[in-house]
This record gives sequence, C-alpha cells and structure tokens, in this order.
Amino acid sequence: MKKYIFIALIGLMSSGLVNAQKHITKNGHIWFKSETPVETIEAHNHQVNCALDITTGDLVFKVLIKSFEFPKALMQEHFNENYMESAKFPVSTFSGKLLNLKELNFTKDGKYNVDVDGQLTIHGITKKVKEKGVLEVKGPQITITSNFIVMLADYDIKIPKAVTKNIADSINVHVDAKLEKLIK
Amino acid sequence: MKSIIFLTFILGILTFNVKSQELLDLFDEPEKETRDFVTATFKTTRIVNGQSVENVAHNELLFVVSHHFGAINKGPYEFFGLDQGTIRLGFDYGVFPWLTVGVGRSAFEKTFDSNIKLKILRQSTGKLIIPVTVSLYSTTTLTSLKWQVPERKNYFSSRMAFVNELLIARKISNSLSLQLTPAFIHKNLVKKVDEPNDIYALGLGGRLKITQRTTFNAEYFYVLPGQLDNSKTNSLSIGFDIETGGHVFQVYATNSMGMFDRNFITENTGKWSKGDIFLGFNITRMFTLKNK
Repeated sequence: MKKYIFIALIGLMSSGLVNAQKHITKNGHIWFKSETPVETIEAHNHQVNCALDITTGDLVFKVLIKSFEFPKALMQEHFNENYMESAKFPVSTFSGKLLNLKELNFTKDGKYNVDVDGQLTIHGITKKVKEKGVLEVKGPQITITSNFIVMLADYDIKIPKAVTKNIADSINVHVDAKLEKLIK
Repeated sequence: MKSIIFLTFILGILTFNVKSQELLDLFDEPEKETRDFVTATFKTTRIVNGQSVENVAHNELLFVVSHHFGAINKGPYEFFGLDQGTIRLGFDYGVFPWLTVGVGRSAFEKTFDSNIKLKILRQSTGKLIIPVTVSLYSTTTLTSLKWQVPERKNYFSSRMAFVNELLIARKISNSLSLQLTPAFIHKNLVKKVDEPNDIYALGLGGRLKITQRTTFNAEYFYVLPGQLDNSKTNSLSIGFDIETGGHVFQVYATNSMGMFDRNFITENTGKWSKGDIFLGFNITRMFTLKNK
C-alpha cells in the first residue's frame, strides 16, 4: 500500500512538470526615461527576452544591456562603458512570480491587474522587488505591461558630480512584452 | 509513512524552485550567435597629438581646440613657457559611422589641414573574432605663410604636404588599449636638397584607465633612421584624459611644438632631456547634429 501511495505522489508531482505551459518572447520592449530640468534621457530595448509559465505563475525577464538604443551615440557609449559597465555585467534579469495567479483565467480574453514579486538584478546587484502590472489575454497571446521606478543608488550606479543635474536619481522603467505560446 | 510524505513534499518544493531557472534557460544563446563589437577603445579621436582609431559618431560634430604653451625651459621670465602659445582649431564630422572628415587650422606656420579617417576593421568577439580595430587616416596640410622670397618662382603645391597613417589598435582589457601607427609623410617642398621628401615613421600609443572617466595616455613617434638630420628628435608625449559628459579634456606634456602630423613627426626639435617640454591641452566637445 505504501508503495502505491508513493508512486501516486511521484506521479502527481511529475504531471506538474509535464503540463507546464510556457509563453515566451524574444522581442519584448523595455524603455526607460530620466527626466531633469537640464536633460531628458530615454533609451529603448526591443530585444528583451521574457517568459511566463501560466501553470506556476513564474515570470522571468532577461535584458542585454548593450541592446538599449539611445538617440545620441555618445550617450549609448557612456551608458555601457561608464554607468552600467556592460563589459562586466552584460545582462540584467528579473526572476519572480505572479502573486494572484489564481484570479487569472488564461482561457478567456481579458485584462487583469497583477502583483509581481521577485528578484531584480541590475549592474550585478540583486534586490527583492514587488511591483504591479497589467496582464492582458488575447487568444493565444499574453501581453504584460508594467511601469515602475528604479533607484540608481540601489544598484550601485554612480553618477559623477559633474553631471548630477543631467541624470535623475530615480528612473522610470516601462515594460511591454507580448508573449506567444511556446510549442515544444 | 511520515517520511514518505516529507520526502515527496521536499521534492515538490525543489521542482517548483527549478521552474524560474528553467524559464531563464530558455534564453541561453550559444555564444557564437552575434558579433560583439568592442567599443570605446580610446576616450576620444586623439591619443595625445596623434590620432586614435576612434571615429566621430554618425551625424555628430566634434569641435577640437588644441593649445601648446611655450617650452618650460624658457625660464621664469616667460613663466616657464606659459606666456607663449600656439593654437589649433578644428572640426571633425561623422559622415558615416565609419567615415570621419575634418578641417582645422593651426597658428603654427598658419597651417590649414584637412583629413579623413576611415574605419576598415572593428575589433570583435563572438560570432567573428577580430583582434584589432584598423583605420586609415589621411591628412593634407597647407602652409599659408607669405613666400619668404616672393621674387622667385614659387609654386602653390610647395605649400602642401600629405600624411597617410594606418591606425592599428587593440583594446586589451577594459583599462588598457594600445595602438601602432605606421606613418608615411610626403612633403612637396623641403628646406634642403639632402632632406628627403618621403619620410617613414612608426608611432606607438596607448591609454591606461585610472578611473572610469580618466585615463593616462602616452605616445611616441619613431622616425626610421637615416632620414632626418641630427637636430630632429622623435615626438614623445604623456598626458591625461578627463571625460565629462560631452567633453573630453586632454592635458599633456610633449616635446613637440606643432599639432599636425607633418610637424610633430618630422620637424620636431624638442628634447625632453634639455627641458624642451611644452605643456598642452586638447578640449573636445561633441555636438549631436541629428538624433538617431
């Protein structure tokens, strides 16, 4: 009897793995804006990797720092070379979970407010974050959008005295990722 | 029984924690998928007096002000050379990301110069490994001084000289970059009969980062032996680059008075050991003419 219960439990667990439904994109859009009276700095990244497992609510983002496009080439060079040190920290990641997974119905078109909890790694520093976002279901496509603030000091991104008026301490980050079902 | 439940519970937790990593693993790109270009080998388009492999970015205009004071060995009356000075003003424009064109004028011998810098090869890793960045630099100088002997038949072409250089640089690490500069100088008119019109030289330059935004730069131009007379010396310069936003300030000491290649490579007479040391600075300011 014990043997059968054990096998049944194993069976239940592994079924959790097999039925995992993943949604993915390699062209998510993340952009950020720093606004000060002196200068506005905006950059867009259209090659963001994002994946969502709708059975567990696990949500991940992987962003290549060098893929952020700036209107001025020198800004892009300084961003990578001096501020983000992309040679040392080429990638920024978010690894977390949708907290209100049970309220979401992925089989019906709809728009839901979601709470996300997880770990955000920028410039080699990982911090626990909890943010809000919007999840929209449209047929097989899931769109995740969010708008949150990143404090540069939290991630050890140093601003030299000469340009403190040009760069804001807190940066507005926007996420817009359209995920498609991953068919293995 | 309890132990079995406990065991399956633990296994359950483990499988769920693995999920996030599984998701991230979906994006593991094989290393050779894209060509990763090396950027910012040097902070600006010049190492000290000579050119670096850096071009001006597309649609951006670089304004360069260069100033050499007099020699330190002029003594206290001349305030160690600070009372004297010579200047060059120049503009470099990024026509394409790989093509920079520039014009300038030096007070020294009232020389106009025009130049182009063409990037031929970019250092990269990943899909294609190229160990160096290579650029072609070509400059023409025009001396606009009045003729010394106006009665003689003077030719306009005598005012001109041409310098062609191959700039070969490697960003060895985040802090260290080195550059080799073989140079070919042609002067249409030389002062003496036994002076060559064609001169070959080899430049060596580099930079070492001190902080993220400041570097220590050094440069040496070696003129191949048997070409110039004993009064001529090789150009040796050392200095610092300070980068702030859109400006790069280069402060240095050099044994060369002139700021264009023809002069500091082949007409140099300053000797470091004698104190013929000229303090100088370059200020470069980048203007974006058109956002990307």
